[in-house]
Amino acid sequence: MTVESGAAVPRRNSRRGTAFRDAGPPVALVVIFSVFAVLSPQFRSIDNVQNIVDAAAVLAVVTCGITFVLMMGSIDLSAAGVMGASALTVSLLVANNRNDNDFGLVGIAAAVVLGCAFGCLSGLALVLLKVPSFMATLGVSAIGLGVATLMFAGVQPNISDAMLKSWAIERFLGLSYLTWIAAACILLGWLVQRYTRLGRYAFAIGGAEEVLTLSGVKVKPYKVAVFTLAGAFYGLGGVMVTSQLGAGLVQAGNGYDFSAITAAVVGGTLLTGGRGGILHSAVGVVLVMVLTNGLVQVGVSPYWQGGVEGLIVVAAVAAAVIPQRRRNQVVK
Amino acid sequence: MSVPAEREPTTSAPVPALEVRGLVKHYPGVKALDGVDLVVRQHEVLGLAGENGAGKSTLLKALVGLVTPDAGEIYVRGEAVKLRSVVDAANHGIGMVFQEQSLVPNLTAAENILLGSEGAAVRRGVYRWDVMRRLAQEQLDKIGSKIDPLARTDTLSFADRQMVEIAKVLRIEQRSQHPPVIILDEPTSVLESKEIETLFAQIRRLREFASVVFVSHRLDEVLDVCDRVTVLRSGQSVGEVATAGAVPRELHRMMIGSTGSDDHYHENAAGPVEAEQPRLSIRGLSGSSFRDIDLDVAAGEIVAIVGVHGSGREDVCRALFGIEPTTAGEIRMDGKKISLPNTRAACAAGIGYVPAERKTEGMVGPMSVAENMTLTKQKARCAGPFVAPKKQAGLVDRWIDRLSIRTPSRDTPIQRLSGGNQQKVVLARWLIGGDIRLLLLDHPTRGLDIGARSEVYRLMRELAANGVATVLLADSLEEAIGMADRILVMNDGRVVTEVACPNGGKPSPLDLVKEMV
Repeated sequence: MTVESGAAVPRRNSRRGTAFRDAGPPVALVVIFSVFAVLSPQFRSIDNVQNIVDAAAVLAVVTCGITFVLMMGSIDLSAAGVMGASALTVSLLVANNRNDNDFGLVGIAAAVVLGCAFGCLSGLALVLLKVPSFMATLGVSAIGLGVATLMFAGVQPNISDAMLKSWAIERFLGLSYLTWIAAACILLGWLVQRYTRLGRYAFAIGGAEEVLTLSGVKVKPYKVAVFTLAGAFYGLGGVMVTSQLGAGLVQAGNGYDFSAITAAVVGGTLLTGGRGGILHSAVGVVLVMVLTNGLVQVGVSPYWQGGVEGLIVVAAVAAAVIPQRRRNQVVK
Repeated sequence: MSVPAEREPTTSAPVPALEVRGLVKHYPGVKALDGVDLVVRQHEVLGLAGENGAGKSTLLKALVGLVTPDAGEIYVRGEAVKLRSVVDAANHGIGMVFQEQSLVPNLTAAENILLGSEGAAVRRGVYRWDVMRRLAQEQLDKIGSKIDPLARTDTLSFADRQMVEIAKVLRIEQRSQHPPVIILDEPTSVLESKEIETLFAQIRRLREFASVVFVSHRLDEVLDVCDRVTVLRSGQSVGEVATAGAVPRELHRMMIGSTGSDDHYHENAAGPVEAEQPRLSIRGLSGSSFRDIDLDVAAGEIVAIVGVHGSGREDVCRALFGIEPTTAGEIRMDGKKISLPNTRAACAAGIGYVPAERKTEGMVGPMSVAENMTLTKQKARCAGPFVAPKKQAGLVDRWIDRLSIRTPSRDTPIQRLSGGNQQKVVLARWLIGGDIRLLLLDHPTRGLDIGARSEVYRLMRELAANGVATVLLADSLEEAIGMADRILVMNDGRVVTEVACPNGGKPSPLDLVKEMV
């Protein structure tokens, strides 16, 4: 999204500000948490801290997916649609009030695979049809919502599958199963990012795609794979929302697309790619949840939250690009 | 591995590592390569010299499979090959260190070295960092570099990154059974002199097990490190020199060739220069890549700034248009001190800028000739806040006529015009306001054919005759000498000398080149 104008002279201090950017989000998290803890006794209660972490679970999983896409310098707006389709799929495949299916784990797996398929579709549209990821994923989101609406067919499927319902209710070490699933996803994402060619190439594509091409690497399959991986995370996110609601809703993923991008960016992942990562995003997720929860605890009306979230993302991006600003830089 | 490698007969001359015969490459309007011949012997360092536009970079691209030649042959160890991609070239043992450093900045040095040929370091898509570290270390050991393989590339110095690139390019040894051919394209342009020394030591080591093609603007370097030099001019090989005992002067002469004799530059149209007070006067101007620049340009005068890549002349030009920030110095227009914090201020001061990259910076391709021409001086076509169509039509048609711009109509998208006519529209943009005092021309004839060049030159003369001051960054030395009344030579961010260049008393290109390198 940023185009360098003219022949930029190579600069030796290209790392200027990186340390600041990497340390920024965790420091901000500590500061914001402390401020709320001082202002509000309810905020600092153990119960509320559990609330914050549990409420972050779905967002964390969705953000894991979107982080890989952002690392490549692409963008993904398909989360809401993919989650809707996956929510309906899982609620119709596990024990429910609409049909006699009772596939249990297989149903859950099917919903995740559907997410993969949608992600793959976005990736293919990007590399084969050369549709910019912004439009491709927006389109795929609409397709996902369409598929979900068809499956919904006017009657809400309420789930009765005991295992899926237990995810949102049962606790282990004080945290819900969903939270542990999210933690597992973050660990998995981190392993992929650090130890697999897919993860490293996603990072490299965001850094300097031409160099990969000049080194004889075929980047297209990796791009498709990254979108597919992201789709899997959204699919799982849709399943998790269904577990929380006890029913499959078309709007299961409503708002998660924007919140996930916010969390990733607040955590220090650059929209231009090549910087950040899963752990950054995890910090970003907690930061966003602490802010939303904290604002409510200190008495700010929930009606303000949408606007506040928007402000945060713009401010975070502005802070992240300060070290690289140049005169006559073209930003699109 | 099991097949024994063929032994060269020791008596006859060994087969060249790489040979090019009659390579031709056309681009629209330009013949970049016009039958180039090149021989790279085994275990030698071959220098490749030539002016900008002599065809060096096209030739190199053809050697690594980035450009498909229209005609001609490439032989690797005597065998004709077709190189279709970088991987193809690597499989034949040819690798290149690109001019703009081509490493992924946010990966480790080890990953960059092994990029695309990770081998045992990646098993089923999973990284084995210890193996990767070891393999990268092996590459770095070959060139005796002490870099930590797991350091992030963007934390390394330029010189270290260059070592990483060389280590990376040496990976092609894994793909081919033969000694590789390593091409270094302008490797010294971003290095300090100490770093250059290290690089040269490296190149001499490479010669032990590889052949090297070394490209540089700096002839003293070419003579220093190479065994032999091939000189290119206008897409042809014009000479070959063994460097032992050679002097830069010989090479200069070959690079420049004989100059055209007719009045290509309309030199007789050059008028006298009024010099009571300079139109533009800068003193001590400094910026990120230039220092202490003093420059005077009188009304009606054309001053050319010459210098090699990295001399800082482009940045001086951009600073005068408020693009590049300056840190110190004073700029006066007609005696009045001005500051140029942005391009708007420059326009308001009567300064016009024709950028080198016409297609991306000079014009808006899909927009019409009329729109492009009136882009800057909006007032000239408007009545109040609105565009006045009749006023615009009259204005644009008048300038199309005056500059004899060949276009079907003023509403034709500018991208459909020929390069020369596009450039005239870009120039007209600054003229329609009638308030132009200083023109900055950054390679105004780049990519134009001879006829179009000549017309741009005529136009420059006409403007000078009307009292416009001009700063010219010429495409070639010949152009600078032909057009300018005075020439400033820049080297390493400073003005090293100033040469008067009056009609009838022109300096020779050799005098200038001496100062440039």
